[in-house]
Amino acid sequence: MNVENYAERRIEIDGWPVNVSSYQLGTKWHAKADNVSPGANLARAEADSRESAEQQVIDRARQLLARTKRHEV
Amino acid sequence: MASYAHPEVLVTTDWVAQHAADPNVRVVEIDVDTKSYDEGHVPGAIAWAWNTQLCDTVVRDILPKGQFETLMTQSGVNPDTTLVLYGDNNNWFAAWAFWQAKIYGHKDVRIMDGGRKKWLAEGRELETAPRTATPSAKAYRASEPDYSIRALLPQVQQAQRAGNAVLIDVRSPQEFTGEILAPPGLPETCQRGGHIPSARNVPWGKACNEDGTFKSADDLRNLYGAEGVSQAKPVIAYCRIGERSSHTWFVLKYLLGVDNVVNYDGSWTEWGNLVGAPVEKGAAKTAGQA
Repeated sequence: MNVENYAERRIEIDGWPVNVSSYQLGTKWHAKADNVSPGANLARAEADSRESAEQQVIDRARQLLARTKRHEV
Repeated sequence: MASYAHPEVLVTTDWVAQHAADPNVRVVEIDVDTKSYDEGHVPGAIAWAWNTQLCDTVVRDILPKGQFETLMTQSGVNPDTTLVLYGDNNNWFAAWAFWQAKIYGHKDVRIMDGGRKKWLAEGRELETAPRTATPSAKAYRASEPDYSIRALLPQVQQAQRAGNAVLIDVRSPQEFTGEILAPPGLPETCQRGGHIPSARNVPWGKACNEDGTFKSADDLRNLYGAEGVSQAKPVIAYCRIGERSSHTWFVLKYLLGVDNVVNYDGSWTEWGNLVGAPVEKGAAKTAGQA
């Protein structure tokens, strides 16, 4: 099967830039969120639609990012 | 436009599509997210997990020689095999595997420029069934480890004290300044934030274009040259656990041809936990202050 409809967009969650990418493979949609600058993976999900897959990774990314402490420099 | 110092270490997605089934080529996916492979992968590619197959899982260290040999044998890799590595996040952990393969002397290691992201964006074929390699008939024998491309703590401490090397911290600006102790969303794994005194901050991702491919040699030379990287001084790259800095090490060593560059894989999770180690906070000093 070939990848279809690959797309990427950048959003902000709690002040952190987050990269959300998604694509379709057959009847399934896959989405992923990463934290842009370090590029570390935050969440990955599979669903029947792009919207659902992306919402899952955004929700999970929000939970993880809420744990990030900013320290005084 | 200048070309890369060692263009032979990069292959395009087209090349991989044409050669993945070649018996002398072994394509391996190595991802930050070790489950990405299961979604679908380059047809014929096998997977290595960075957190179990590319490190010593007991002692904090790179893969021991014997385990590297076993991994290669089980992956159907012979000393003459063209090993093609790719992965997510612009080949972050593919570079980590490349660095270790070079430590153990594998001759022909290449990276698929653009990695998994470019393969997906180009709408290429994905295979969803996992692949298991047929082990090599003859056990793989690695070279004795070449630690000239690796820095351990004493070397970094000596270089920091003497000021005789360029330290490149490839983490994000917020990690560099000490505002955060780990990439957003990940557990904090050090006691102190900041950077090694005198280090320059060149986030690893600046070496890549939006499509995941490496920037041109001219752009890379300008990027790192502005931070004092040249053939004149040894260069030590570091990050948090050594994988992002293996990406920068790859860029400096193979794309720009910097002879004396090493990856300090102990990185900030070692330095930032050391009792008494000097730490600098805040933004990097300007070149004149360094």
